[in-house]
Amino acid sequence: MTLRGDLVLIRDLINANARVLDLGCGTGDLLANLQTTKNVNGYGLDKDPANIQVCLSKGVNVIEQDLDTGLRNFADNNFNMVVMTDALQAVRDPRGLLREMLRIGEECVVTFPNFGHWRCRLQLGLGGQMPVSKHLPHDWFNTPNIHLCTTQDFERLCREENFRIIQRRVVNTQYTEHWSIQLAPNLFGSHAFYRLGRTA
Amino acid sequence: MTFPKNSVGLVTPQRYVCDTPLALQNGDTLDGYELVYETYGKLNADKSNALLICHALSGHHHAAGYHSEDDAKPGWWDACIGPGKAIDTDRFFVVSLNNLGGCHGSTGPRTLNPSTGKSHGPDFPNVVVKDWVNSQVALADHLGIKTLAAVVGGSLGGMQALQWAIDYPDRVKACVAIASAAKLSAQNIAFNEIARRAITSDQDFNEGRYFDAEKNPERGLGLARMIGHVTYLSDDGMGTKFGRDIKSGDFGSGADVEFQVESYLNYQGRAFTQYFDANTYLLMTKALDHFDPARETNGDLVEAFAPALCKFLVLSFSSDWRFSAERSQEIVDALVRAKKNVASAVIESEHGHDSFLLPIERYVAALGTFLNQSLAEHLIQADGEPI
Repeated sequence: MTLRGDLVLIRDLINANARVLDLGCGTGDLLANLQTTKNVNGYGLDKDPANIQVCLSKGVNVIEQDLDTGLRNFADNNFNMVVMTDALQAVRDPRGLLREMLRIGEECVVTFPNFGHWRCRLQLGLGGQMPVSKHLPHDWFNTPNIHLCTTQDFERLCREENFRIIQRRVVNTQYTEHWSIQLAPNLFGSHAFYRLGRTA
Repeated sequence: MTFPKNSVGLVTPQRYVCDTPLALQNGDTLDGYELVYETYGKLNADKSNALLICHALSGHHHAAGYHSEDDAKPGWWDACIGPGKAIDTDRFFVVSLNNLGGCHGSTGPRTLNPSTGKSHGPDFPNVVVKDWVNSQVALADHLGIKTLAAVVGGSLGGMQALQWAIDYPDRVKACVAIASAAKLSAQNIAFNEIARRAITSDQDFNEGRYFDAEKNPERGLGLARMIGHVTYLSDDGMGTKFGRDIKSGDFGSGADVEFQVESYLNYQGRAFTQYFDANTYLLMTKALDHFDPARETNGDLVEAFAPALCKFLVLSFSSDWRFSAERSQEIVDALVRAKKNVASAVIESEHGHDSFLLPIERYVAALGTFLNQSLAEHLIQADGEPI
């Protein structure tokens, strides 16, 4: 099974036998892979019945739960890693959820589409319209993405909340780090990937 | 008459006579007992494909198929058991029994006490979920089944499935608890007490010794069933089914009006008294109230689940308020904290607690997929290990 590029990045971070929680686990690709390759005790949360059905067929521990109801039902320090791919911008309370992720997990990985990408800036700044792209395919009136941010915005939140940025990778639509991105990540990266921990 | 293609067809109840005494949780001992059961599907060569069905309050062994060509209705869970159905009898060997204390053939209040020559009646011991599981283990032994591929139950049946996972971790591979709870809420116990009081305050109850006196506390038992029935449905579900439709009379002429819902409930109550035993009803509701595996671990449900080795599926229904989705979530949360493999789904349905008996598309798909996937996993493991 080939994993999506961003999921490969995440998989490489996770130790064998770890306890992992995947928020918005979709069809369970990451967890299914971790279960077979790393003997991970993983759980996924999702609210979509079709996704849950696919997870069941893969033998993934999928739990029906809406991220907007919070994570109060999980105990402190219950997971080694809490993962959330491309859901941050769609939840009602991103800051609250990030705090919760670092309460129940030792570390977390968060990925999101970078709204500071030059295409977005171009469409809004010169075109005068809300950006629509591969990563952000919706129109303004039907988008689930209600809390879009740039990497700069995200890092400001991390500073304010004392989240420790252990690792950052900003990539293009092919999930690779082009030299231009290293030069100006918030301008040329379409996708951001952050590994966070608590401040010691 | 020909049976539907995906039915298990004609089935014959069987009887297991156990001479080994059963020590009960209340300190009593049953010297011997009988269990009536049915099986569907074929047991494979290494006996690794057995699935146990645990029934709920008013259930029994006849879960699927027909007893005769003339049967109007199949078993109570025929929607989910059969070739190609969620509990696929082409893959699983399904065992379904009537629990101890029941009134459909297994030893219970209605059966004769050999030492007195009369029925046990109210003297039948208060068996609880753990006792049922122990008797089910004896039945599995009798059938030569060492490990169950799955144990599945709804409501009170789900409680038995959870107890199996806790008490016999090396004998069960998958546990499915549907519309169940790790313990009843105060409101749920309250409904049970009202039902019990309806029965015991019927003059014909005769302190439980009605059977030998050839009486039946029909009014009380019927009322208990009516109360239960309302709590198994949802407001929306009743609205859809009955609305304010009128069965007889009309508001204009001053003739007494009977709503459809009244007529339905009265019918259900009456019908129930013809096939169910009042002492069994008392016993079953007490077993429900009593169930709380965390009682043995100082109230810590996470600790209670610690011994379990199987994987779990916990299903609930959006409109079920008697065993709400929150109760299922408590089970799931404890299982996650106990580091057990668990999946869950909250099925959208307007049919309340009774949803677990109905062929709701998403529910059937989730149940079937989980069971087939875990059976495949289990069979691979069983093949890989020398037996």
